[in-house]
Amino acid sequence: MGREEFLFLLAGLKWTVALSVVAFICGSVAGLMVALARTSGIFIVERLTAGYIAVFQGTPLLMQLFVVYYGLALIGIQMDAWAAVSVGLTLHASAFLGEIWRGSIEAVPRGQTEAAKALSLGYVSRMKDVVLPQAIRISLPATIGFLVQLIKGTSLASIVGFTELTRAGNIISNQIFQPLTVFGVVGALYFLMCCPLTIYGAHLERKFLTASR
Amino acid sequence: MNYTLDFTPVIDGLPNLLWACLGTFTLAICGMLLAIVIGIGGVILRQSPLKPLRWLVIGFVELIRNTPFLVQIFFIYFALPLAGIRLDPTPTAIIALGINGGAYAIEIIRGGVQSISKGQMEAGLALGLHKAQVFRLIILKPALRAIYPSLTSQFILLTLTTSIASAISAYELTSVSQRIESDSFRSFEVYFTVTAFYLVISWVMMRIFALFSSRYFSYPVR
Repeated sequence: MGREEFLFLLAGLKWTVALSVVAFICGSVAGLMVALARTSGIFIVERLTAGYIAVFQGTPLLMQLFVVYYGLALIGIQMDAWAAVSVGLTLHASAFLGEIWRGSIEAVPRGQTEAAKALSLGYVSRMKDVVLPQAIRISLPATIGFLVQLIKGTSLASIVGFTELTRAGNIISNQIFQPLTVFGVVGALYFLMCCPLTIYGAHLERKFLTASR
Repeated sequence: MNYTLDFTPVIDGLPNLLWACLGTFTLAICGMLLAIVIGIGGVILRQSPLKPLRWLVIGFVELIRNTPFLVQIFFIYFALPLAGIRLDPTPTAIIALGINGGAYAIEIIRGGVQSISKGQMEAGLALGLHKAQVFRLIILKPALRAIYPSLTSQFILLTLTTSIASAISAYELTSVSQRIESDSFRSFEVYFTVTAFYLVISWVMMRIFALFSSRYFSYPVR
């Protein structure tokens, strides 16, 4: 594999990073809504979001991308593969992050909410200033774990036809007939992205474990 | 929006899709069995006194957990023939699923083994039980119970991951649906239906796992 080919892979890597970042940021915003709705205490809203989460957790990401990709075209929204995949991954991330953050919101001791209520803080201030800062801390290891899942999940965009790292690898491998070298390098690039995050996540988890002991 | 949904290709292809569900189940179950074998083997190797062996297992786990399954399955698909092993896509997919699931299983099972306090082992030995007896009568069930929730959710994830095996055209639900889609161009209808199938599959598996758990693990703990 020559310089040209490697640069092509790096161009694909750029899109993998872009997809991951967009999906994670948009998914975080939407996921926060989901988590808040899931813990809102309003029965119908809670049921609806629970269903939303269950659908995304019970179906393959690949199918979600397909349905969003063709579904968007169906309702008349013309989008290129890049935008459609971003929307699909964002929805996916919103459900998973919503569930992770629901867990951590519920893990914040009830006394905190009660104390905030006793101080007559409104819902917004109660969440923003009291509950969420603690919940985010609790959720950090799991959130980072999901970010790794999300980065790996962007590889499925290649099946929908978007040229990110894995598809770039496919193209190169078909050109130079060295699939093992090419996919070895592609795998190494993913590893370099994900491994530091995994290590950092494990480090945080250990830190919190010792702190709570 | 001037598009009318037309589910006829899906209905015509229904028998094929149902058979493909069986293919998905086969992939999932064989993958799980292989994952359990790799998981147990990995945990034993990881506790071996030889340092290189332990590092090998740790390296394997981290390598698999930090790379996408799609890249792994491509790699295995192209690597096996070079190693002189010629297999159809479906067995190849099972191997890839087993390796992927095995890496996660190693981590989960290791956690279960560690969760059993040392005192249990010592108490069993003090009562004059054999080491194998202690393991079988005392350690095994609580350890299984401790890892059961994470292991089963990992298995459901593995079942959903089988859809990626369509990339090497193994026989399962996604690849069959892709064939129907490319014949009929009713992409949304096909994929929407198949997504519902997956939802049912994972729900059924969840129920089965829960039933099993309530049957075997619902003894009172202090």
